[in-house]
Amino acid sequence: MVASRTKLREQVIHRLGRLVSSPSLTTETSPQVSPRLSRFTLWIVDWGRVTYQSVIALGRFSLFAWSTFIWMFTRAPRRETIWPNFYQVGVLSLPVVALTGTFIGMVLAVQSYFQLRQLGLETRLGAVINMTLVRELGPVLAATMLAGRVGSAMAAELGTMRVTEQIDALSAMGANPIRYLVVPRFLACLLMIPTLTIMADFMGVAGGYFYSYLILNIDTHFYFYNSAQFVSWYDLFTGLFKSFFFGAAIAMVSCYQGFNCAPGAEGVGRASTASFVYSFVSILILDLGIGIFLDKLYVVFFPAGAKLF
Amino acid sequence: MIDELIREQEPLVSVEDISVRFGNHRVLRDISLKIPAGQTLVLIGESGCGKTVLMKSIIGLVKPWQGRVLFDKKEMGELNERQISQLRLRFGFVFQNAALFDSMTVGQNVAFPLRQQGDYTQAEIREEVLSRLSEVGLPDTSVGKKPAELSGGMRKRVGLARALIMKPEIIMYDEPTTGLDPIMSDVINELILRTRRRNAVTSIVVTHDMNTARKVADRIVMLYPLARLQPGESQIIFDGTPEDLDNVRDRRVRQFVNGEAGERLMELRAASSARG
Repeated sequence: MVASRTKLREQVIHRLGRLVSSPSLTTETSPQVSPRLSRFTLWIVDWGRVTYQSVIALGRFSLFAWSTFIWMFTRAPRRETIWPNFYQVGVLSLPVVALTGTFIGMVLAVQSYFQLRQLGLETRLGAVINMTLVRELGPVLAATMLAGRVGSAMAAELGTMRVTEQIDALSAMGANPIRYLVVPRFLACLLMIPTLTIMADFMGVAGGYFYSYLILNIDTHFYFYNSAQFVSWYDLFTGLFKSFFFGAAIAMVSCYQGFNCAPGAEGVGRASTASFVYSFVSILILDLGIGIFLDKLYVVFFPAGAKLF
Repeated sequence: MIDELIREQEPLVSVEDISVRFGNHRVLRDISLKIPAGQTLVLIGESGCGKTVLMKSIIGLVKPWQGRVLFDKKEMGELNERQISQLRLRFGFVFQNAALFDSMTVGQNVAFPLRQQGDYTQAEIREEVLSRLSEVGLPDTSVGKKPAELSGGMRKRVGLARALIMKPEIIMYDEPTTGLDPIMSDVINELILRTRRRNAVTSIVVTHDMNTARKVADRIVMLYPLARLQPGESQIIFDGTPEDLDNVRDRRVRQFVNGEAGERLMELRAASSARG
């Protein structure tokens, strides 16, 4: 009994010791230990470890975001670090975002047409397409596209800089890496991603209209009359408001992943993948959260309630 | 004469009982080291024994878990962000693979510390960059090149030029000759010596190249990996001049200096089979 206790103790300590390694729920019970007891104990240890790691990661991420925030206001970043990032994030993403927008608009037209025709409401197509586009799909899909294009690239670049000691070199030369690397990227994402969302919205409206007009033969006058009737400024605001948060989330997640990159080519690869996955998850969560919040707010401002039909 | 002067001074860098750990992995234990101004200290030891970590904790890139580092009587751990930035301008750090910013040209890399400092005109910066580059034997035409276009030896020299541009009081070299051919290694050794002669700097050199160690050192300190150390033993197993190295008793030091594997392969095999 004593021997089995020590064995179990050893295993527990061993598992606790591997706090850094990946969480696993497999149990390697040693024959001396009562299987149920040991399995239960190890299960608790594993979950403890996962929780402990998540809390640490969350704390480190918060500190990282906080110091970015502080540096953003204490000393403005240099112009030569700002413009290349704005160019990278804003100008170079333009084609891909425009393409995304156009196709969302056209796909929405294709999908809603059949539904609405069955109700005999084809002319309301404009309302449905533009409402969905401006409120939801434009901002979310543009942000997703940019998380892939901009976010992973940033994580890979910063990760490589970490691995090749360039970030250490910055510190060693008296430059703060957060001020020098993170703040410009954060500002670029915060300001450029909403701008690109406007582009995606515009191209989506155009794409949806041209598909409806040229292929589905919807009357132009009714198409836009209905759009104007139902899509309000508040809807446009909702979408753009969200995209600021998406931009901030993409920048913070990607820079954090890059800064905490594990050594080697594998580490860089993992940082860039993780930055996309976590950015995407945070986009979805923010989308839901802000969506709920803004709907509540809408009811406060316009007690008559939302209207579509 | 100079040696006596050095001995009388307060140490420029004083490391007091620092321990460093990454997660549960302990790298340094209770290391104390005093480095007087003007000395060239060479840290030797096998890979993974914590030489680089010790050097990085002096400049504050690695935070010690215990103990403290004093630079010029100021404690690194107690300074705020801005004071540390100011202090770091008095250091020059030559990284192992040069750590040049690959988005910038050679000229921009070397000029970086000056631009960071702020109060220089374009002409001054250009002149300073060119003179530093010629000091390390690089032609003016290299200014516009990207680091990726350079050979390993050139990159190291650019890294050195970048470290020298602020006229630092203390220069740290992280494995300056690793990965270079013998001639280029000796070029780097010469540069280290010449830098010291010209600017009267304090230098810390981390290396496992014994030619470098013997050639440039005033003092050699050897670290030993914690895992292989007897409990309670100091991690610094040798501290003396290059001449002392020849009549040292310690088997581990002699083994390292002469580059003999000895029983090591057997030990490594035994350790790996015990683990597997």
